[in-house]
Amino acid sequence: MCLACHGEKGQSSTPDVPSLGGQPAPYLLIQIYLFREGQRAVPLMNEMAKGLSDDDLRALSDSLAKLPAPAPSAEAPDPARIERARASITRHRCNTCHNLDLSGRDNIPRIAGQREDYLARTLREYKSNTRHGYDGVMAEVLGPVTDAEIADLAHYIARFR
Amino acid sequence: MTPYRLRRNSVLLSSTIAGLMMAAPVLSQQPASAQPAAAPAAAPAALPPGSPLIGRPEGNEAAAKLAPVAPPPLPAPADKLPVSKLKLPPGFNIEVYASGIANTRSLRVGTKGTVFVGTRFGNKVTAIVRKDGKVETYTVAQGLYRPNGLAFHNGTLYIAELSQISKIDNVESVLDNPPKPTVIYSDLPKDEAHGWKFIGVGPDNKLYVPVGQPGNNVLHDKDHGQIRRINLDGTGAEVVVLGMRNTVGFDWHPKTHELYFSDNGRDWMSEDVPQDELNRVTATGQDFGAPYCYQGNLPDPEFGWGHACSEFVPPVALTGPHSAGLGMRFYTGKMFPAKYQNAIFLARHGSWNRSKKFGGDVVVYFLNKDGTVKSSEVFLTGFLENNSYIGRPVDVEIMADGSMLLSDDWNGAIYRITYGKPKAAGK
Repeated sequence: MCLACHGEKGQSSTPDVPSLGGQPAPYLLIQIYLFREGQRAVPLMNEMAKGLSDDDLRALSDSLAKLPAPAPSAEAPDPARIERARASITRHRCNTCHNLDLSGRDNIPRIAGQREDYLARTLREYKSNTRHGYDGVMAEVLGPVTDAEIADLAHYIARFR
Repeated sequence: MTPYRLRRNSVLLSSTIAGLMMAAPVLSQQPASAQPAAAPAAAPAALPPGSPLIGRPEGNEAAAKLAPVAPPPLPAPADKLPVSKLKLPPGFNIEVYASGIANTRSLRVGTKGTVFVGTRFGNKVTAIVRKDGKVETYTVAQGLYRPNGLAFHNGTLYIAELSQISKIDNVESVLDNPPKPTVIYSDLPKDEAHGWKFIGVGPDNKLYVPVGQPGNNVLHDKDHGQIRRINLDGTGAEVVVLGMRNTVGFDWHPKTHELYFSDNGRDWMSEDVPQDELNRVTATGQDFGAPYCYQGNLPDPEFGWGHACSEFVPPVALTGPHSAGLGMRFYTGKMFPAKYQNAIFLARHGSWNRSKKFGGDVVVYFLNKDGTVKSSEVFLTGFLENNSYIGRPVDVEIMADGSMLLSDDWNGAIYRITYGKPKAAGK
């Protein structure tokens, strides 16, 4: 049911649809919970999660957490953007929560190898707080991050391995 | 999990990237002119005001492991609740009052005994009615944004979301089909950091609304770091308390009618100081020190220059290092032994900014006649086990029969504490 859009092997080849592979189960649980409750507004996902029981949510997140991590983007990197993105990551300390290898933990997602379009959109949505995080931390973290930085970060993190 | 080594962060990152470029053909396709600088990546710039990392020491492995703890989104099944592990003084009993409600936070009791509970990570306000041993729950409002704060006054339920206050009149008669809450006040900042609220109606029939300091340790504008009060129709807002960092619980002394509030101290100064505070307001406009001075006697190393702690009102009690005292009430019931009359019960949510966790309990503060604190006792323990939370207490509330409710946002449950021969909850 999920894999038709999100990809059989944890890797999504559908524009704007995130790869789900390699995510910590607690993070997945929080997201499908937010979809079910309507606290994260993505109409298609709100529909998919409607009516799921608490046990369904746990079972889903546990089984999706077994998907392999997505392969990083094979598209050619722009060296200048890579350079700027690395400086951004240091400046904003992304890897202190997301891990040095950007693989996430507990309620913090893996971002390494995520789709570039999805990363850019997510960062913008967190920055404007149109996507409400579970605890509101990302809205604060992205305060000083510029749109140009977001584009560079998405470019780099999608290719990160 | 991988420990973080901040001091070597920038160097490690550079060498990691160098390693990547050798191993991954994709990234090595770089023109020679775009060689990354051999120097470590740019020094970290100023963090945004609300960042949870403000003040975290660089290069300290123990510090790097600490981060705010997010509760599970789903409530625990009733048979998994830790109630049998919770310890109270002799003569007291504890039972589960309600469970299966996600992220139970602030508590209020209506005139008819309806229990209302707010939430910080959910979007609903829930009402619980217990009759003849049966529990009915109602969703009185949903689609709200962090509706943590609740107040009940003259039949009306007041709800505080992150940045607006609304109300439902005669709420206990419309539980089955409640109207959408009416917004009465929205002139509030929208910061996530310390933005979630506790509210209460005072003896002056005004609604008290805090606005937290918008970050761990930051200077802020005149609209933050304060407690305001407004008329029950949302008009006439005025600031009554300054220098407040983050309060999630307050109540008025039954006799003197003075406001007492819990206040969470800053993080990342040390494991042990500053302690959190219990503060007492004796006059409008008092300033309790944040961010210049903490715990009454500790000038902030960054912002305290040019200030003296003597400029500010010190706390009447220190409530423990990072213990996160949240909900508090004066005990005014007739069930508990006399010594608890007019004492303050404080739920300590428990620390995240300490290697050895502290709190996860309920403490009682006994007052002198002059309103200062005479002594304190730990009242309920058991939420901390092997340095991990098996529950986290958030708010206390007194029921008409003098029993005490306690919310646990980790498990999504509410417990009821009684004294004397165990009685079934609710008639």
